[in-house]
Amino acid sequence: MTPLLEVRNLHKYYPVGRNSRLKAVDDVSLSIQPGEVLGLVGESGCGKTTLGRVILSLQPATSGEVVFDGIDVLSLQGKDLRRLRRRMQIVFQDPYSSFNPRMTIGAALSFPMKVQGMHRGNEEERAVELLNRVGLDGSVLNRYPHEFSGGQLQRIGIARALTLDSDFIVADEPVSALDVSIQSQVLNLFKDLQEELNLTYLFISHDLGVVEFISDRVAVLYMGRLAEIAPTEDLFGDPRHPYTQSLLAAVLHPDPTLEKSKPSMAIEGEISTPIDPPPGCRFYGRCPKRMDICRVQDPPMVSIGPRHSAACWLHA
Amino acid sequence: MTERAPKPCDSSVVLRVRDLRTHFFTNEGVVKAVDGVDFEIRRGEILGIVGESGSGKSVTGLSLMRLVASPPGRIVSGQIEFGGRDLVEASTTEMQDIRGRRMSMIFQDPLTSLNPVLRIGYQVGEVFRYHLGLSRSKALHRAVDMLRATEIPSPDRRAQSYPYELSGGMRQRAMIAMALACEPELLIADEPTTALDVTVQAQVLELMKTICRERQTALLLITHDMGVVAHMCDRVAVMYAGKIVEYTDVHTLFARPAHPYTAGLLRSLPRLGAKLRRLASLEGQPPRLTRLPAGCAFAPRCPRAQDRCREVAPDLTRLGNGHQFRCHFPLENDKEPQA
Amino acid sequence: MHDTRTISRTDERPPDAAGSDDAVAETDQVLSPTRLAWKSFRRSKLGLVGSLMVLLLIVIAIGGEQFSPYDAYSMDSSVSLEPPSLAHPAGTDRFGRDQLTRLMEGTRISMLVSFVAVVLSLVIGIPLGLIAGYYGGLAGTVIMRGVDVVFAFPTILLALMLVATLGASLPNLILAIAVIFQANVVRIVRASVMSVKEREFVEAARAVGARDSVIMAQFILPNVLSPVIVQATFHLSLAIFIEAALSFLGLGTQPPTPSWGLMLNESRTFMEFAPWLTIFPGLAIIFAVLGFNLMGDALRDAFDPRLSQR
Repeated sequence: MTPLLEVRNLHKYYPVGRNSRLKAVDDVSLSIQPGEVLGLVGESGCGKTTLGRVILSLQPATSGEVVFDGIDVLSLQGKDLRRLRRRMQIVFQDPYSSFNPRMTIGAALSFPMKVQGMHRGNEEERAVELLNRVGLDGSVLNRYPHEFSGGQLQRIGIARALTLDSDFIVADEPVSALDVSIQSQVLNLFKDLQEELNLTYLFISHDLGVVEFISDRVAVLYMGRLAEIAPTEDLFGDPRHPYTQSLLAAVLHPDPTLEKSKPSMAIEGEISTPIDPPPGCRFYGRCPKRMDICRVQDPPMVSIGPRHSAACWLHA
Repeated sequence: MTERAPKPCDSSVVLRVRDLRTHFFTNEGVVKAVDGVDFEIRRGEILGIVGESGSGKSVTGLSLMRLVASPPGRIVSGQIEFGGRDLVEASTTEMQDIRGRRMSMIFQDPLTSLNPVLRIGYQVGEVFRYHLGLSRSKALHRAVDMLRATEIPSPDRRAQSYPYELSGGMRQRAMIAMALACEPELLIADEPTTALDVTVQAQVLELMKTICRERQTALLLITHDMGVVAHMCDRVAVMYAGKIVEYTDVHTLFARPAHPYTAGLLRSLPRLGAKLRRLASLEGQPPRLTRLPAGCAFAPRCPRAQDRCREVAPDLTRLGNGHQFRCHFPLENDKEPQA
Repeated sequence: MHDTRTISRTDERPPDAAGSDDAVAETDQVLSPTRLAWKSFRRSKLGLVGSLMVLLLIVIAIGGEQFSPYDAYSMDSSVSLEPPSLAHPAGTDRFGRDQLTRLMEGTRISMLVSFVAVVLSLVIGIPLGLIAGYYGGLAGTVIMRGVDVVFAFPTILLALMLVATLGASLPNLILAIAVIFQANVVRIVRASVMSVKEREFVEAARAVGARDSVIMAQFILPNVLSPVIVQATFHLSLAIFIEAALSFLGLGTQPPTPSWGLMLNESRTFMEFAPWLTIFPGLAIIFAVLGFNLMGDALRDAFDPRLSQR
């Protein structure tokens, strides 16, 4: 099958000061099949949000390619780019800041259709239809964002991402700002919509439980680099990159018996800003299994099993 | 200087809270953020307060420190027994002496709690200067010791750093160092690791646990994260709409929750390795505190709710094993063991 | 770098923030942010007093001489320099003109100057601020250097220089005030735009393909207006002050047109034996400045997101 989205050697550097560069996304390649959910995990500052923005062409890339359904996204401009935007949408982390506080929900939902000239004259009808789909009714059209709870507003955020009948959605930490009891509602909604409408998601999250639940495949990002990518079961069942292993070991399970008996698996140190990182593996400083070669040479992405790859010298 | 008052009957109880009510008087009406909360915490114990936004867990912590913004907030009734006296009645000067010395608090975002223009060592040392009257150099010396105790690498150098030069985890360690500097009897931690990454969270929690156990400091851990609760706490109070709806030891809470809210919350968590197609979810939205229903605040979302729940707010039920909950129709999985 | 901050859980919002289904259904009135601000503005007593003072001034400015049996310009040497009396509650000036009538006529001038100058400053300042804030770059730099030039001089001195260069006349005075104020407007708009454009709703609008002009008009402008409105209110009072000051110095309103500052100027020589000629225009200026400032303070509080409940 040809992938719906293909990212090839994508780089996104930000200049810092006179001579330094912050390598937010550093040579990332991945692909997503139509109807697939790719989870993207990593800690704050690993570049996962930037990657999502660059794929959507909301931020320019430094180099590399993003191919969406055969279209070279990064070369598009003006009208062509606007046209492509119908097909790729985004759901943000904080529902309150992702809505214009001075626009009613009705206006916010009609806006994308008006910009794209879709459902002309029937914008409101379509908005109500989508609101119903996400579990709300048409009575909210005249309300303002501040009148809703976070969970309700995030549902509306999902409805907005569907206004243009898009088939690819970047969900950027869409449940991390929500209360625990609301998270599960919204996650179920994401899953239902994906199955019903055969949507393709790039689902960004720092929460491994969330990612495991929603994803078909998972990519782990560390300091702008892809550390490991594998089908969900393999990644959680047989993590191969030491970073993935540490990440999984650090997860706290809601089970006191398990937690109290668990030996401390905390790894040292913290992710630092990837400003002019030294050569070699980005995880070298914190890696419990580091070897001499890791300090001098970047590990290549190695295939470990079917669709399972990791960037680690242990497996090279 | 504080003098140790007559000891309460149970000498190991550090803090006893009785019927605490903290209300906010806003333009939209009275918000009963904390509405009749009772709990106690012993030496060396880790008590968790879990809840979602608006449950009143943070306001409870602030009330203990008497740090609720007033107006609009006010402790309208209740007792906070700490060190043999009632903190609700304590004067501002008394509280200043207690805060940071006998009872400390750390918050979610260490960057906003630290003064950006002062060096870390100076800020940690300030506690010693203020409470113990140490000289500047002695205080700095003790500060470096504290930083070392919180496992900050090269503490001498770090003491000379400014807050922005430290990573999130290091800053939270510095906050812990500051909070524990005077060996307080009680540490209140409000979402201490929520802003941290998982790998760093594990480190910081481990540190807090070790230090509190070693020094026999009581820890009141306020969090929304059931994983953190499971990892850290001995006992847990679950809050909903200003009330403690369930209060028990951590194993009972996870294995045999009595309150439908606790049970629903636990079921709705995405767990690693669960491989679910759908998550069990708690329907509805969090309660709006200005318009609470007449009966049980959870009734509108409760799968077990009956007419009585909507009319009468449930009283606290206490089982012999210490398990407490507020529910007319509790889940049957923690019955009194038959004699 | 633009990356996910772990945002604080919603606990920091006021405890009553979380709206629920029933709450949405219960309130019939749609609470737009503007309406919320208005609700909170109405609660402020000082704001109400200020608004009434301003309203009174506006009524006087529109009605002007019609409220008075006298004419602001006709002289009557038989009653020159009369102290306040029933016939002339604020006394008469040296030409025997009724001072109360002249003060009313002066209100019209002062209001005209301040409102026109402020509107003009908004018309110039808002677009410039939007461009400087949204695009930055060369255009932004050029605009902001212009602003810096204005800020480099004390307000009154700059007004003085501008009017002296352009020639002393009412339109030039208005223009000078507008030029000074627009610098402030540009600065405020630019700062607000720079923070608003980072908000995710702007990114959401870009993600659906909206043009910059549409984003600026529908997403950015409405969210930067509140600080501008507050500032404009303070500008209204400052404009009255500048007009009075320049007219006092003879560079604003030209005789025989009455203006508060000019009246102060003309009364200087008689201050010792006809103090009412100085006191009443002074009181008028204080009244107007106070009214606008009270209103501005209340507006600022009403728009302040920390003070108004969500």
